[in-house]
Amino acid sequence: MGEEMHKPIKASEIDPKFKYDIAKMHGGEKLMRCFQCGTCTSDCPVARFSDTYRPRQIIRMTQLGLKDRVLNSDTLWLCASCFTCTDRCPQDVEVASVIRVLRNLAVEQGHVPQVFKEQASSILESGYAYKIPELRIKKRESLGLPPLPKGNPASISKSLRKVGFLKHVQGKGE
Amino acid sequence: MSMAQNTYLMFLGCAIPYRVSAYEISARKVLQKLGVELVEMPEFNCCGLPMDPVSHEMMLVLAARNLALAEQKGLNIITLCPGCAGTLKKVSKTLKEDKALRDEINSHLKEAGLEFKGTIETKHLMQALVEDVGLERIKGAVVKPLSMLKVAEHNGCHILRPREFIGFDDPEDPKTLKALIEAAGATCLDYMDETECCGAPSVGVNDKIALQLARDKLNHVKTVGAQAMITICPFCHIMYDTNELRIEKMFNEAYGIPVLHYPQLLGLAMGIPAEELAFNDLRVDVSKVLNLVCEGKK
Repeated sequence: MGEEMHKPIKASEIDPKFKYDIAKMHGGEKLMRCFQCGTCTSDCPVARFSDTYRPRQIIRMTQLGLKDRVLNSDTLWLCASCFTCTDRCPQDVEVASVIRVLRNLAVEQGHVPQVFKEQASSILESGYAYKIPELRIKKRESLGLPPLPKGNPASISKSLRKVGFLKHVQGKGE
Repeated sequence: MSMAQNTYLMFLGCAIPYRVSAYEISARKVLQKLGVELVEMPEFNCCGLPMDPVSHEMMLVLAARNLALAEQKGLNIITLCPGCAGTLKKVSKTLKEDKALRDEINSHLKEAGLEFKGTIETKHLMQALVEDVGLERIKGAVVKPLSMLKVAEHNGCHILRPREFIGFDDPEDPKTLKALIEAAGATCLDYMDETECCGAPSVGVNDKIALQLARDKLNHVKTVGAQAMITICPFCHIMYDTNELRIEKMFNEAYGIPVLHYPQLLGLAMGIPAEELAFNDLRVDVSKVLNLVCEGKK
């Protein structure tokens, strides 16, 4: 997004309703309170090492309605969800949650990083986000650990049946 | 103190059984010795946190599902992973306060015959140790104070932030883990950027940034001369212990700082033999620390 960020803004790119859509979503409610002080970016541990990730910029672009630039940007996925920005925002904007809302929207438009698809299908198959090797499960006994609680794939699938995200996941157990 | 307060449902999460057994082994040993009873979850699914970036809805359903299962058992949850603790706490509070959202999530759970009512609480190991076991009882169980050790603590993010949902410690100046380390008799050193993120969530998205974050931390810990780092999160532990060698190579540094799970440290102080605390699982050589502790005994 680094270079793209500095391209001139065309009026045709602006979706004036975008900010209201975000503000309607759980975690995005306080988006409009941001007055661009920059506390989020200056305290962001990722921004310290990234040339492109700037939470303040993401918030401003969202307020401006630059929907496609924001949702197509790879930097959206750099947030480490440490919540420092959320805790320190003097305007009480839940910055990390706004970024999560934006990621969820990017996903709805089909931008799903592979790792999340894998974790989702693992959860559907076993309950666990990672495929725990059979050997490790067996080894628990010799380590003096109780058996690992099992997932209940049928029940998990039922609970998640109406979750829209699963249309992006292969073999969703139905 | 009532017995109920010292019986919990053990919520292991995914990362610990996947690759951080030493944390579980040592935590169970220590809790057992402190008279805490653990009941295993009847069935398990991920707390939901890993899915939050892609689907907040899926995260809410997964978390609420676990809370509903725990409610059926009538027991509070204890977690070793701050990510699980933070997620279950946050979802429980949110669903209790937002009836419309609770109804929506319950309509998902109903498909599987479950319902979230909001009757149980989730505590991270650290919170359970301080609030329910109590520092006095922990100090009373210490037979070998680790006064020979100077260590640095690393809380990680999700046990501190967002303050609004976690709220049992001060995210800008956390004191719980320090108090627990000092209860084991060790000295806990202050260092720069103590509450910074370890970088783990960025692994896989941008490894270089993730490892730079961890490297910064290791530099600060080294600067104050800590003999070990103490963590209470499986992901932070992977960043500093499993990845320490990788960081040393990538940035041409030398740390050799062992990273202990807090219950390993406490276990040593409680006189549990080192062999029972899974030190073999640690990647960074921990023998210096163990030797110091043994010499201290003489």
